[in-house]
Amino acid sequence: MNDTRTEAVEDSAPNAGTPDLNVNGPTVNGLAVSIRGLRKSFGPKSVLAGIDLDIERGEFLALLGPSGTGKTTLLRILAGLERQDEGTVLVPPRRTTVYQEPRLVQARRVLANVTLGLPRSARAAALRALAEVGLEGYGRAWPATLSGGEAQRVALARALVRDPEVLLLDEPFAALDALTRLQMQELVAELCARHRPAVVLVTHDVEEAVRLADRVLVLRDGEFVVDERIDLPSPRDRNDPAFVAYRRLFLSRLGVAAAAH
Amino acid sequence: MTLQAVRPDAVGLEPPEYLGSAGRSRALSIGLRFVVPFLLLAVWWYGSSSGRIPADVLASPGAVVGALRELIATGQLGDFLLASGRRAGLGVLVGAGAGLLLGVASGLSALGEELIDPVMQMKRAVPFLALVPLFISWFGVGETFKIVLIAVAATAPMYAYTYLGVRGVDRKVVEAARGFGLTGIRLAVAVVLPSALPNILMALRICLSVSLTGLIAAEQIGATEGIGYLVTLAQQYYRSDYMVLCIAIYALLGLTFDLLIRGVERLAMPWHGHVAAR
Repeated sequence: MNDTRTEAVEDSAPNAGTPDLNVNGPTVNGLAVSIRGLRKSFGPKSVLAGIDLDIERGEFLALLGPSGTGKTTLLRILAGLERQDEGTVLVPPRRTTVYQEPRLVQARRVLANVTLGLPRSARAAALRALAEVGLEGYGRAWPATLSGGEAQRVALARALVRDPEVLLLDEPFAALDALTRLQMQELVAELCARHRPAVVLVTHDVEEAVRLADRVLVLRDGEFVVDERIDLPSPRDRNDPAFVAYRRLFLSRLGVAAAAH
Repeated sequence: MTLQAVRPDAVGLEPPEYLGSAGRSRALSIGLRFVVPFLLLAVWWYGSSSGRIPADVLASPGAVVGALRELIATGQLGDFLLASGRRAGLGVLVGAGAGLLLGVASGLSALGEELIDPVMQMKRAVPFLALVPLFISWFGVGETFKIVLIAVAATAPMYAYTYLGVRGVDRKVVEAARGFGLTGIRLAVAVVLPSALPNILMALRICLSVSLTGLIAAEQIGATEGIGYLVTLAQQYYRSDYMVLCIAIYALLGLTFDLLIRGVERLAMPWHGHVAAR
């Protein structure tokens, strides 16, 4: 099974993002992100070597890759925090980002952090968003009094309250302890299933990618070497042989041979 | 590589608006710094030469340059700068040194804070110029009085900024360093002072400009040379050209100090400028 998958991947990689790949995908009509010929270098190092990528509306995409391969750079270009050297990038107007750290304004209360930059009328929606992430009644708390997981939930609520068409997640669980991480993954899966934004999740965690994503891409040497749809029912069981096969595939393409076999 | 066309259902999408800051070229950035000073200079020059600014209100640029020539010719400019520089240098060295020590002690230890901070806050509330009569009665009007006055003036800003800087050092890093057995002076030298360096250099800038204020007060009495003495002379003889010249000298000294500290910053903080939001 492993071999056939690898072949399938090699076949599909050159036409990454062509419509026929998305037959089984979630369809909310149209594209959320369209990238053509995207290039970005830092000095002599080319981190994105002319990539093409289409993300459907409502699609949950996970981006894997070794450290320093440009996953985060791609995400930052989508967020408008970094400029590409070349290529076309098209995104919808409403985009929000959750970073590895919560990035809350320590000098303002939780509710003010969630409504940051929004009009006063957004208060009710912000309270709803806080309730949705399980932080009902935390509106008047100070960020410094929150645990890591709670702070990251606030960051999630701050992103959700803007009703994003694209939600950019830059290793949002990396700094959390293992238990909290599992809870947060569940919460994100649930929230994304309800609100259906297109999601780009940058992660190092192969299991996390297979657990959450509709589609997994592996970025290596500035190019996508894997573009694979995850055809598993939710909730996904990590002991399911199909789950294990996906994990092996991605690990082997990430160059972690020992773990893959 | 051939570029694929964007799919037709990419409707309502747009290139992301760039949220970062636009980098400006170094040459342009340096040029922009000179815009406002040169504009002021041009207004002054035009106003004087067209007669819109009477000479008894503000001497013309020509008259000021004349006064400068006079000072250079008699060799007084060099002597005055040297004398003032020595007083200011010694005063800042002693005062900023004391402020640094007190600030570190107060920032690092609770006991130090309890003992030092209230006194320094009280001292800060006393204008150092109010100490002039007392210091004259103690030290006379000689060099000691001048240096002590500047030292006392320079202590307060250095103390306040150092205290703030030491307090701002990442507690977790200090905790880790304590875990590696660093305490007291070794902790201060290895971890706390390098981390508080941006604040300390900021304080040094302020100390240097405070020392100029101190010079005016100190050199009004019992001095026969120095920039402050020049100010007193200009006032006594009502020489508008010398008054403006003194202001120009102070402005240039300020600029020199700024460039000097910037140079020190570049040398002493090589990690700055490599900071990127990642």
